Amino acid sequence: MSKLGSLGARLHRGEISYDFIGKRKIWYGVSILITITAILGLAVRGLNMSIDFQGGAVFTTPTNMSVSVSQAESYAKDASGHEAVVQKLGNGSLRIQVAGLDTAKSDQVKQSLAKDLKLNPEKLAADLVGPSWGQEIANKAWEGLAIFMVLVVIYLAIAFEWRMAIAALVALIHDITITTGIYALVGFEVSPGTIIGLLTILGYSLYDTVVVFDSLKEQTKDLTKQTRFTYSEIANRSINGTLVRSINTTVVALLPVAGLLFIGGGFLGAGDLNDISLSLFVGLAAGAYSSIFIATPLVADLKEREPAMKALTKRVMAKRAQAASGEGLATAGGDAEDAAPAVVGPRNQPSSRGRGRGRQTGKRR
Amino acid sequence: MAAPKKGRSASAQSKPGRSLALILIAIVALTGGMFASGHTTPRLGIDLAGGTSITLKAKADQGSAVNKANMDTAVDIMNRRVNGLGVSEAEVQTQGTDNIIVNIPRGTNSKEAQQQVGTTAKLYFRPVLASEPSGAAASPSPSGSPTSGSSPKPGSSSSPSASSPQKASSSSSSPSSSTSPTASATTQGRAVTDALKAGSSPSPSATPTGGSSPKPTPSASGGTDTSKLQAAYTALDCSKKADRAEAGNNAKPGDPTIACGKVGKGYYKYLLGPAGVDGTEVKKAQAVFDTQGASGWQVQMTFNSTGAKKFADITGELAKNQAPQNEFGIVLDGEVVSSPYVSTAITGGQAEISGSFTQQDAQSLANMLSYGALPLSFQEQSVTTVTAALGGQQLHAGLLAGAIGLALVVLYLVVYYRGLSLVAMASLLVSAILTYVIMSLLGPAIHFALNLPAVCGAIVAIGITADSFIVYFERIRDEIREGRSLRPAVERAWPRARRTVLVSDFVSFLAAAVLFIVTVGKVQGFAFTLGLTTVLDVVVVFLFTKPLMTLLARRTFFGNGHKWSGLDPKSLGGNPPLRRTRRPAGPAAGPVDPKEA
Repeated sequence: MSKLGSLGARLHRGEISYDFIGKRKIWYGVSILITITAILGLAVRGLNMSIDFQGGAVFTTPTNMSVSVSQAESYAKDASGHEAVVQKLGNGSLRIQVAGLDTAKSDQVKQSLAKDLKLNPEKLAADLVGPSWGQEIANKAWEGLAIFMVLVVIYLAIAFEWRMAIAALVALIHDITITTGIYALVGFEVSPGTIIGLLTILGYSLYDTVVVFDSLKEQTKDLTKQTRFTYSEIANRSINGTLVRSINTTVVALLPVAGLLFIGGGFLGAGDLNDISLSLFVGLAAGAYSSIFIATPLVADLKEREPAMKALTKRVMAKRAQAASGEGLATAGGDAEDAAPAVVGPRNQPSSRGRGRGRQTGKRR
Repeated sequence: MAAPKKGRSASAQSKPGRSLALILIAIVALTGGMFASGHTTPRLGIDLAGGTSITLKAKADQGSAVNKANMDTAVDIMNRRVNGLGVSEAEVQTQGTDNIIVNIPRGTNSKEAQQQVGTTAKLYFRPVLASEPSGAAASPSPSGSPTSGSSPKPGSSSSPSASSPQKASSSSSSPSSSTSPTASATTQGRAVTDALKAGSSPSPSATPTGGSSPKPTPSASGGTDTSKLQAAYTALDCSKKADRAEAGNNAKPGDPTIACGKVGKGYYKYLLGPAGVDGTEVKKAQAVFDTQGASGWQVQMTFNSTGAKKFADITGELAKNQAPQNEFGIVLDGEVVSSPYVSTAITGGQAEISGSFTQQDAQSLANMLSYGALPLSFQEQSVTTVTAALGGQQLHAGLLAGAIGLALVVLYLVVYYRGLSLVAMASLLVSAILTYVIMSLLGPAIHFALNLPAVCGAIVAIGITADSFIVYFERIRDEIREGRSLRPAVERAWPRARRTVLVSDFVSFLAAAVLFIVTVGKVQGFAFTLGLTTVLDVVVVFLFTKPLMTLLARRTFFGNGHKWSGLDPKSLGGNPPLRRTRRPAGPAAGPVDPKEA
């Protein structure tokens, strides 16, 4: 803990830092690779939609069944190769729902199911069911998502600036793509729970990104009035400064989900829990990753194109070159990327904080 | 809300005790309310607790075929009816070519739901050509339509204030109905002539007072050229259930028809003209309690522009007539719900239906009118209970896994934050209690039901709540690293942490609000849960975590940065606090106004 604490402190003071921005190309590459894999997975394997979306077949048994619900579940799964939902009705019969069967296939399943249940196939009533998550729900969900994205971009553009809004949106789309791609690759069923999980991620991914942006905005407020750091360097510092926080919040959010996924899903073999918690787990992890490695570097990239920022970078470089030649040190301050500020030892006044400026004590008004 | 306000709330800063007391009182009150209401667990969805399954069979009527498009429309409408707010977790799907299955979670009023889904809700406004009591001593058997399932409250003395409605809201001017037991004014002095023409011999009608019984008067031959209908009207005995069911069925909106209606304890039969306005022209409907006219619960309707125009035209015509041809029969699924009379043209596109409604009746009628009529009529095939779709082990697994996950979170917090983790755990506990209690109370209040995804979401939401105070703790530690002593650090860190928390939570809340408004069904239920947890997050951090920090900072254990407090400047790598008075003002290197950036 004291080690961790002092790590936090050193990150805070910028004594140690990882150059996120400088190595951004690597991370972009990693993300692009994962995204391409995800899209390929979606294109080739597609998503395995549950009965709620595509409908399927429903089999109703006669009333006096000696078979338990879980037995019937496994029979139906063997017969059809899909997850089955089995419910006991009030009159004692079983209702067995299986996803993704057309009429022809449903007959085969009916035969083998009847054999397993030791029934005369005549007695097993088969019918096709439509989706309970109908087209309308899906359309409305898309509509809501689109409206939300537009509004959130507007809001972030007002609260921060348009570059950050764009970056946040890119990070968000990145998270959603990766999460759905994982589903295609792993082959888990996409149930309404999965969609709910994805939507949860939506809020969370933005939450993470916004926290980092908030610190970034604060630190870059009077950027042009100084000539010690470029925008990218400040951005990097703000990532490093909030790194401990990012790690902690991610761990705290991921632990319960990991519990759901590995304990709930792994040991108890609970299918639906898996459907839900996988999307949460992947999405949360992707959200944390993208807020650090994608969103902020992207903002820095966009910012550095601004004339004002270009001028600033020039000034900073010139100053450093001057300082270097003036002191006769041969530090190569040539390009912005490896010209990290040479900070040695704790500075008692980090540039990002005015300690109680103009006040007698450290107290806020 | 988007931008946190400047300044600070005095109570949060200087009077931490007050906010703590506030939230604790709220918790106690809510928990007390929960136990008092007897709903001590959240209502669970079908996937976790099972419920009732209703099978409905479609039958073609009035030229609408049972085809896929009509079935899909019916599914959508039923879905909205049983799932008005999207939080009740009811499921509607087609089965085969002509069945619809409706699954309702346990604990929901399945009777009400049955009425809601099965009712076609075809609504027509038809001018009354003739009406008279039917079946003298009608036994008030509750009829199937949800609009008249209740017998009127005895002793309600409503006077039909039809002639000139003295309403507070000028826009809604409609006569109160004649279906309340006393509003029989409209049934006096019957003389039937051509519809929509000035009536002949008006008989003087007494102004009715509460409880006047209708005076039956012979009805003259109607002005319709269909003597067959007239014969049917004469033969109609509305006290017979079969007759009631038959009358008004399969009537085309463009043709005159006969129908029954319940008035007080007895029945009236009506001869009605072609529909002037129909339910598709109702833009929205809501149940309101009429505080003015004492007619109890009623349904207020707002027409769309064409409906409003038609309504104004027709009422203008009707107002010229004598009773009963100045009446407007409001016909729902072939039954006259009420037949208010019209004294002036009603413009403004608003109307009310009042009758002997209970609150529930009024609400379900409003609900049905809002979502439109079903394209097909349905017959109930079977109603049966179903067990949980996922089996109990799923919920247990989920809860167990969630508990283990939370235990790990606590462990992590203790290792990392030491003493501070007490604050974190207390905050988590408060959040968890509030979430649980509110969800339990919402079960009976708005049919809120919790399904497995929502349980997972709630577990994740608790983790997200933890984020907020991690943001705050890290800020405090940063301040300590700058060399501040704890108390100023706690106060200085707050405005910045508050801003971050508000901005981030606003984004989450925006997501919840948009999804809740735009979507339907399960997504809407999810959005509700997300919005709820987001609001609770803000409440807990503002009213609990921060005040608690302020209080603890005054204690020596934390204030002096004990090694185990999690705020030890040494282990945080900060400079131990200097003298608490003069501090060198730093150079203005950094742009900091923690208040507002």
